[in-house]
Amino acid sequence: MEFTLNEEHRMVQKMVRGFAQNEIGPIIKEFDRKGEMAPFILPRMAELGILGICLPVRYGGQGMDYVSLGLACEELEAVDSTLRVVMSVHMGLNSMALLQWGTPEQKERFLIPQARGERIGCFGLTEPGAGSDVAGIASTARRKNDQYILNGEKMWISLATKADHALIVVRTDPDAPDPHDGLTAFIVELDRAGIKKGDIHGKLGVRAGSTGWLSFQDVEVPTENRIGQEGEGFKIAMSCLDNGRYTVAAGATGLIRASLEASVKYAKERQAFGREIGKFQLVQQKIAHMVKSYEAARLLYLRAGWMKNEGMRNTRETSLAKWFATDASFEAASEAIQIHGAYGYSDEYDVERYLRNAKGAIIYEGTSEIHQLMQAGYALEYRQDVHLRCELPVYDAEFWHND
Amino acid sequence: MKIVVCVKQVPDTAAKVVVEDGQVTWGDAPLVINPWDEYAVETALLQQEAHGGDVTVISVGGEDAKEAVKHALAMGCDSAILISDPAFENADSLITSQVLAAAIEKMGDVDLAFFGRQAIDGDVGATAAQTARGLGWPAFTLVSAISGLDPDAGTIQVERSLEEGRQVVDGKLPAIVSVVKDIGEPRYPSFMGIRKASRAEIPIWSQADLSLEVANPAVTWPEITNPPKREIVTEILSGDSPKEIAETLVEKILEEQVL
Repeated sequence: MEFTLNEEHRMVQKMVRGFAQNEIGPIIKEFDRKGEMAPFILPRMAELGILGICLPVRYGGQGMDYVSLGLACEELEAVDSTLRVVMSVHMGLNSMALLQWGTPEQKERFLIPQARGERIGCFGLTEPGAGSDVAGIASTARRKNDQYILNGEKMWISLATKADHALIVVRTDPDAPDPHDGLTAFIVELDRAGIKKGDIHGKLGVRAGSTGWLSFQDVEVPTENRIGQEGEGFKIAMSCLDNGRYTVAAGATGLIRASLEASVKYAKERQAFGREIGKFQLVQQKIAHMVKSYEAARLLYLRAGWMKNEGMRNTRETSLAKWFATDASFEAASEAIQIHGAYGYSDEYDVERYLRNAKGAIIYEGTSEIHQLMQAGYALEYRQDVHLRCELPVYDAEFWHND
Repeated sequence: MKIVVCVKQVPDTAAKVVVEDGQVTWGDAPLVINPWDEYAVETALLQQEAHGGDVTVISVGGEDAKEAVKHALAMGCDSAILISDPAFENADSLITSQVLAAAIEKMGDVDLAFFGRQAIDGDVGATAAQTARGLGWPAFTLVSAISGLDPDAGTIQVERSLEEGRQVVDGKLPAIVSVVKDIGEPRYPSFMGIRKASRAEIPIWSQADLSLEVANPAVTWPEITNPPKREIVTEILSGDSPKEIAETLVEKILEEQVL
C-alpha cells in the first residue's frame, strides 16, 4: 500500500496552491464583500490549464489524472470555496460527463473548447420545485422532427451567467411509469434563442462566486445535443454527481485545512490569562478534532480519486467522502470561529467566510441527509449500483498524453 | 541561442532553520528551488521565447537537488544537468563557480547564463560574478531588465538596479547575468511541464566528467550556533504627569546604560 503522493501530484499541488494563494488570497475578501466573482478568475484558470486539468490532451486537456483534480480542488478551496465550485460544475458535473457519455462529435464540439477553457460549462439538474427529489423535475423537452423544444426553469445553478454550455436534465417522457425513466440529458449552448439567465443574490456563502437560474422558453435544440439516449437522463445525472461530489469532498477537505491552519496560527498568537490560548486544553481539543477531520477527509477523497483512476465504481466511496468532509468542514469552521473569539465573528479574519461557505456544500450535490440514506442503503443492501452503459474512462497515461 | 540557467536547492523560506548538535537543520520541511533563481528561469525562458534556442537548467548539489531542476523543467526549460560529486559537498561559492564554469565550458557554445541574485541559504551573492571571472565573460549583476539582445550581432544591453539608481550597460555575448525581482514575476509550472519534468531522466555529471581539480574551500563554517535567545522584559512606567513619566524613563535609560 502506498500513501505518498508521486512527484507529479506534489508539483500539481504546489502549482495550484501558488496560484490560489498569490493571486486570489489577496483579493478574495474584497470580492466576497461585494458579492461578485472576480472577473479575471475564469480566464486565468483557463490560461493555467486548471479548467482542463484531468482531461486527455487529445480532447484539449492537460493529461493529469483524477487524483490531481482532487488535489487541485483541495488547494483551491483552502483559499476560497468559489474557486473549487468552478471545478465542480465546469469539470466534475459537465466536462467529465462529456468524457464519459459524449459521442466523438460531442467531444469535438463541446469537450475540447471546455477543456481548453475557451468555453465554460455548468450543470442544471435542480429546479425551483425539485432538489433531492430528482424525479420531480418538471422541465420538458418535446421532440419535433430532428429537434427538441425545451421549456422550464433551472435554479441554484453555479456559473449560470458565466457559462457558455449547460448540461441539463429534463423530462422527455411524461408518461414513463417510473418518472426517473422519463428524464433525458442535453448539452445546450446558452446563447440559443429563448434562454434567459440571472444571478441569485443574498446568499449566506459563496458570495464571491456566481449562482443563478436559467429559464428555457421554446428553446430549439438539435438532437445532436442529446447526451446518451432518451430516458437515460437520471443515470447520467447520477454519474455526473459521482464526479461533482468528488470535487466537493476534496474541496471541503481544503476548507478543513484552512480552518485548522488559521486556528493553529491564532492559538499561538492570542494571549489570555497570561499565556497563549493554544496552551488551554479546550482549545487543544478543538484543534485535535480538526486534525482528525482533515486526515480522515483526505484519505476518503484520495481513495475515491484512486478508484476513478483504476476505473472502479465509486458511488458509495465518493458519497461517503462528500458527506464526511462537508459536515466536518462546517464543524471545523465553527470551532475555528470559537477559537478566534469575537475576532472570528468579523470578516477581519477569514474563518467566518469559511463557515458561510461550508454550509452550501452540505446542501448541494446531495444533502448530508441523502448521503446518510445512501450509506445506510449500501450497508443494509437495500441499495445497489445500477449498471451504466458508459463508465468514466480508466485513467490511462498513454491515452491521456498522446495527441 | 544556447541559454543556461543556474539554480540552487534551498530550504523553504517558511521552514524553521535551527542549529542542532552543530548542524543546520530545517526538520522535514521540503527543499525548494531558490526563490531568486525562479526569476532567473523566467528571464531565460523569456529570452528563448523572443530569440529561439534552448534553455538548460544546471545545478550543483546532492541527489535531492533534483527537485529544484525539476521545478525549472516544469516551468519550461528544455533540459537539465545535475552536477553531483562528494568532492563538492562543502563547496564555497568560489568552488561552486569553478564547477559551474567547467560545466558551461563542457556544454560548449553557451551564449548566456542566468543566475538569481543570491541564494537564500548562504546569502553570499558572489557565485554569478565568480563564474563570469572563471569563464572570462562579462558579468552583468543585479539586472532588472534585458533592454536589448541581438544574438546575431552578439550584443546585449541590460538595466541594473543599484542603490544609486538605474544603470544601463552594453556588452558582448557570451555573458553572465544575475537578475533581481524587478525582472518580472516567474511563471507557474505548466501541467505539461510537470508531466515532462516528472518523467525526465536527469544526467548527472561528476567531478571526473568535468576534469576539474578542486582545492579545499577557502570559506568554511567551523562552528554554527543559534543566535542567543532574546530576553524581553516589559515594564510600563506610570506617573502623575507626562513630565514625571519622561523623567522616570530618562532615569531608566541611563540606569540600563542604553545610551
